[in-house]
Amino acid sequence: MTASAVAATDAATLASAALRRGRLAGLALIAPALAIVVAFFIVPLGISFATAFRAKDGSFTLAHFEKSFELYTTDLVFTLAIVLLSSALIALVAVAIAGYLTLGENPRAVAVLRWLYRWPLFIPFVVAGQVMRTFLAKNGMLNHVLIGAGLLDPLAAQSLLDWRGIVIAFVWKQAPFVTLLVAGAMASLDRQHIEAARNLGAPRWRVLWDIVLPQVRGTLLVGVVLSFVTMLSVLSVPLMINPNSPTMITVDVAYRINTHADYAVANALCLLSLLFAAGGAAFYLRHAVRSAGEAS
Amino acid sequence: MIAAAIAPGRSLRWPRALLTAVLLALFAFAIFGPLANLLLWAFAEKWYFPSKLPSEFGFAFWQRVFDPRGNALASLGTSVWIAVLTVVVSLAVAIPAGYALARLKLPWRGAILLLFLLPQAVPNLPIYVNIARVFYEVGLNGTVIGVVLVHAAHGLVLAVWIASAAFAAVDASLDEAARNLGASPWTCFRTITLPLAAPGLMASAIFVFLESLDEFTGTYFVGVPDVTTLPLLMFNASMGGNYQIASITALLLLVPSIGFMLVVERFLKADVLAMVGR
Repeated sequence: MTASAVAATDAATLASAALRRGRLAGLALIAPALAIVVAFFIVPLGISFATAFRAKDGSFTLAHFEKSFELYTTDLVFTLAIVLLSSALIALVAVAIAGYLTLGENPRAVAVLRWLYRWPLFIPFVVAGQVMRTFLAKNGMLNHVLIGAGLLDPLAAQSLLDWRGIVIAFVWKQAPFVTLLVAGAMASLDRQHIEAARNLGAPRWRVLWDIVLPQVRGTLLVGVVLSFVTMLSVLSVPLMINPNSPTMITVDVAYRINTHADYAVANALCLLSLLFAAGGAAFYLRHAVRSAGEAS
Repeated sequence: MIAAAIAPGRSLRWPRALLTAVLLALFAFAIFGPLANLLLWAFAEKWYFPSKLPSEFGFAFWQRVFDPRGNALASLGTSVWIAVLTVVVSLAVAIPAGYALARLKLPWRGAILLLFLLPQAVPNLPIYVNIARVFYEVGLNGTVIGVVLVHAAHGLVLAVWIASAAFAAVDASLDEAARNLGASPWTCFRTITLPLAAPGLMASAIFVFLESLDEFTGTYFVGVPDVTTLPLLMFNASMGGNYQIASITALLLLVPSIGFMLVVERFLKADVLAMVGR
């Protein structure tokens, strides 16, 4: 063996030892964070599954799910409908605002809109619930303004604190978040195609629909699916705006626990809302896979 | 010819500008109307159905909220204390983890990133419900430590993602140059990488602080009956029909949220945002 070959093997051993040390160091650095996520996220999720499927004697059962459907089918449908409708409206509002921010030709209007839309961005759900509870009430500011403007007959004024109130609170709170994401994606687009289409006389809504939107579809979907999942587990807004039946699953879960200490049915309901969220994630993945297929 | 072609455009411009202004005004009402209603309630001394505006304005309820013997100041203290502890715990584990994800070769890196994404992508209700049950058995329910652990588990995820993006946005060749000049890895990290990543880490600290300050559902299940944070106090006041106290507490919660909304872009630069999830 020549001296240079020995040196090369030595170097290789040293390098692989260093790499192994680096990996160990990396794992050691990441271990505490992983431990917390496992202990306070993965384990409780496991307990949730175990509780939802286990009978009193420890055997496997579907009885808790049967009871959930028996008592709460209306609320399950109500929850899904509210969250789907809110997601659709959030997407619509986000695209409209972000589209105007990107394609608007009046710089002053664009600046005002950019300043306006993000106010609810970091407002907590519980505050949004309180704000809407007063604003949308029968004696709230919305009705007073509509009556004052002559758009509403005082006798026809009604409280919006039912499913409509929940949807309004959700859209008010979540649309700015999706708008922020979508407007960011639109701002980084190559403007050549937009200018070309505008020069050829395409109206702005066509440019938005046919050129801009297809390119930011992925970002829009991420924002909407994240909002969908978030809205599924918000407890404060339905509790404050519409706590009576039909209401959202989160309220039922809190009720089962606080009034009956019934963790089995509560966890079954939780898993059903998890199933809704998984549906949202699957919807996103299908689109992601398809657009990856188109790109390649 | 040309003048004739331009003229219709001119005549169209005024109605269009008017339409834009009207739409913007409606949008401003949609954003600020609810907040204005909150302000009215916060300063209303007396407001009887069905009058449009409060009949008396005043600070009597503010005095009640800020009364040293009242429970609002105590709740504010609890909230801030919990949020500070949550930031400390989250960042203490998120900074090393973020550094490892951004700079070191890790086995199963994709799976680890996914694990740190899950808590954001899964409804949190089952988590809180079952943590509360376990905590109840080990005596952590209704304690500040219990609430901090729940908040940190959630905040940590955001912190890891932002910290990892912040470290990835720092040029690694600076580090290598210092290493070649004989600096130890710890010195490099302390004097080069950490200061350069500081704005991003600051942003993640603020995010975690706000998340903890505003958190409701986890505290609702884990904090009862002894830990009352500001959101819980607000909720209880509102459900009890005391709209003035609820609105004043809501205003207190709004101040940090809106403040952060106004400065967020100063902390989260585009180069860091572009590295999120890489």
